[in-house]
Amino acid sequence: MSAPAQTRLKLPASRDDLARLRLGDAVYIDGVVYTGREGVYRRVLEEGAKLPLPPEQTGRANFHCSPAASAGDGGAYKVGGVTATASFRFAKWMKEWFEISGANLIIGKGGMRARDYRELFVPAGAIYLTTVGYGTGALLGRGIRRVRDVFWLEELGNAQAMWVFEVENFGPFLVESDLSGNSLFEREGARINANIESLYRGLKSPALGRFGETGDRTDEVI
Amino acid sequence: MIAYRTIEQAAFQLMEKAAIDIPEDYRRAVAAMSEREQGLSCFVLKTMLDNYAAASADRRPMCADTGLPRYYVKAGNDARIEGGFVALEKALRTATARATKSIPLRPNRVHPLWRTDPNNNVGINAPEIDWSFEPNADWLDLTTVHKGGLFGSDYRMLFPGDGIDGIKRFLLDTLVAFGKRGLACQPAIVGVGIGGSKDACMMLGKQAACLRLVGDRHPDPKIAELEGELMELGNRIGMGAMGFAGRSMVADLHIEVGHTHTGGMPVSVHTFCLSSRRATVRIDAGGARHFRDDPKWFSDYSRRETVE
Ligand code: SF4
Repeated sequence: MSAPAQTRLKLPASRDDLARLRLGDAVYIDGVVYTGREGVYRRVLEEGAKLPLPPEQTGRANFHCSPAASAGDGGAYKVGGVTATASFRFAKWMKEWFEISGANLIIGKGGMRARDYRELFVPAGAIYLTTVGYGTGALLGRGIRRVRDVFWLEELGNAQAMWVFEVENFGPFLVESDLSGNSLFEREGARINANIESLYRGLKSPALGRFGETGDRTDEVI
Repeated sequence: MIAYRTIEQAAFQLMEKAAIDIPEDYRRAVAAMSEREQGLSCFVLKTMLDNYAAASADRRPMCADTGLPRYYVKAGNDARIEGGFVALEKALRTATARATKSIPLRPNRVHPLWRTDPNNNVGINAPEIDWSFEPNADWLDLTTVHKGGLFGSDYRMLFPGDGIDGIKRFLLDTLVAFGKRGLACQPAIVGVGIGGSKDACMMLGKQAACLRLVGDRHPDPKIAELEGELMELGNRIGMGAMGFAGRSMVADLHIEVGHTHTGGMPVSVHTFCLSSRRATVRIDAGGARHFRDDPKWFSDYSRRETVE
């Protein structure tokens, strides 16, 4: 297998831009992205707050992350490291979020279930990019040129606020889902699952069984 | 007499070193694995190497999740500390709070129930401080570990009849479950604690993961052999970084044991992630600081089997 193809992606991305991306491509981003996780979702989707920016000013790119940001001299914000947070917890808000925010790019850690791509992402014309590693905090920190804005900092706190970043050559990220709802993690998981039974072959069963064991080691725990 | 100020400053320096500079033994292990991997798994490891270099060059934390800072203190039996052990604990707590602000570290420590954040990584039972002692020595060794990762550690009570097979099953269960999608941020230095009482079992496994260098082998040749066997098993899963197909699940595997209840065989598994952050300093009796990579936490004395 060869090294992944590398692409620069200007935001907001058009449907054609996204259609060109293949599972496993390495993507570097230019433009604007914003952070949003449970705090922002609750505020907008459950409490009915208005999004502070129109979709075209958000890069249409929602990053699941809490930056290590602190206020520097003169009030400008300094961002040290950036690491995404696990996205699978946010699936329940995604359908409405796509409608209200106009997002077509979700960036985060570890992806979502393949079913979520088919049911939530495909109708919205959205794809998922995953961070790499996942601990590439220093590299991603370099890609953030400026904090353009921050909303709800007081109400939601540093970790949950909506940060708007101007980014340049921000990456790498890997294409985890495409416009047809295929998933890189699902594809790789299937390759690994094929081998799992054989690893346990010949190992005798333990004396004590356990509640909650599925017995099927190809299951995922998320 | 080792001065309070010296200890506080040394602990602060450790915080910074751990958060920013990846230990050389682990970096070399990732580099070697990147040579053996192909495609996506190789790309992920190469990106991690770039990230370590960027962190060191920019003096910024390698991962924005700066983990839970904690300490391991090994005191020579003849070491004398200004203000005694209470002052030593105060120095470590003070250094943690100061480092959180100035590096900065993410203030990860919150109250477990109320989720209130003192914003300094200090609180009830935090940072944890583990103690150990060494005969015929007058120095003080401080090690800090910033372990991240909500995923990748587990405990199970096995029974003597389950044998090595039982340990293998448990190890596979843990690595497969948490390796998918790379939740454990592998390749990991895996620590396996075997025996002791339940809490000691957890502690031994954690220390095995976090306080021994890649390449280190247990002095008992049969345990050393088991370390190699379990490591090979972990890499045979066929999983690499991020849960992509590959062979880079385990950078190394360390076992520590403790005598245990005759009816049981408790086992714990811990994974030390892509940001395997640890740093050690020795403060000698004159107050000079000697930084090094190897915590040298386990010694013949700490592993002794006899009454003396
Ligand atoms: S597990 Fe380690 S590398 Fe992964 S996000 Fe946490 S601290 Fe960073």
